[in-house]
Amino acid sequence: MSTAVMILGMALINLVIRWPVYLFANHFRFPPIIERALAFVPVAVLTAIIVPTVLYPGDGTKLDISWNNPALLASLVACAVSYFAKNLFATIGIGVAAFLLLRWLLPV
Amino acid sequence: MAATEALERSDAPKSQSPLDEAWHGLRDTLPFMFGSIPFGLLFGTLATGEGLSALQTMAMSLFVFSGSAQFIAVVLLGAGSGIWVVWFATFVLNLRHLLYAATLVDHVRHLSQAWRFPLAAFLTDETFAVMERRYRTQGGGRNAHWYYIASCAGMYANWQTWTFLGITVGQNYPQVQNWGLEFAMVVTFIGIVVPLLTSMPYLAAAVTAGLVAVIANPLPYKLGLMLAALAGIVVGVVLDIRKRGLDAPVSEQQP
Repeated sequence: MSTAVMILGMALINLVIRWPVYLFANHFRFPPIIERALAFVPVAVLTAIIVPTVLYPGDGTKLDISWNNPALLASLVACAVSYFAKNLFATIGIGVAAFLLLRWLLPV
Repeated sequence: MAATEALERSDAPKSQSPLDEAWHGLRDTLPFMFGSIPFGLLFGTLATGEGLSALQTMAMSLFVFSGSAQFIAVVLLGAGSGIWVVWFATFVLNLRHLLYAATLVDHVRHLSQAWRFPLAAFLTDETFAVMERRYRTQGGGRNAHWYYIASCAGMYANWQTWTFLGITVGQNYPQVQNWGLEFAMVVTFIGIVVPLLTSMPYLAAAVTAGLVAVIANPLPYKLGLMLAALAGIVVGVVLDIRKRGLDAPVSEQQP
């Protein structure tokens, strides 16, 4: 019972966060300074998701900035591919391939 | 219909049919769908291992549909935390979706509420990344919401499928974390972020967000994520204002 309440509550909380901006979209606009800040949301949030994922491999408790971290090396490869080739699918393909190869090559 | 056309961007691409848009939206979301496989399997396995019934586990994926919040909830439950702690964590963890909605709202403003509701309710990190890129590279378009809803539907169906398989056969795949699938998620995000780093303010925003995220990573409830995002945004805006003044248009240049 209490688990059902918990799940329902979580669902409601998510809705309360995600819905209002679209629901009231016609009735307000953000001030210009906020709109300029929003332009930085993708870069800031996605980077904040990626970097710890890469630098805290495994169970996420230990920082690993070393050449033995295959995720770190493969991410650098992916950055280079994205920068030079400017192609998303090449970035994904080469990035994943580099990760699998490096993980196989590097000592655990 | 006329209203929709009037709202369409003047530089919009040739209008595509709803079916074409939906197909492209699904296709562009595929890497993320692969990337979520281990998380879905893992969630299904972990949740049932922590005492949730199969039905409760499935209900969480169906109604909450937020991978990170679901994981935190299971971990907190396992640690004996109360319901309010779980709700607080869910709230803090998902505040970033407010930023996502605020970023995309200009592109859904013209739609009916019946459309806006699902587009809001199913907005995840992955669909945000896909949509941000789509609007940036191709603009809106009359049927862009079909692209958007297909991305949502793909992520949703995928999450349910792998949660279900995690519940039913997850125990047989304890090494799923080692398949490297989750790395597809990381490189897809990289492929979306790198082209955005077109000027100093954006580069500084990324570096700041990355640094703060690493330093603040040990904070509970992934508070570090929100902190890092806000720090990145503030640094970006401050540099942007110093560079272009207070009254410059929102975006420096669009490719």
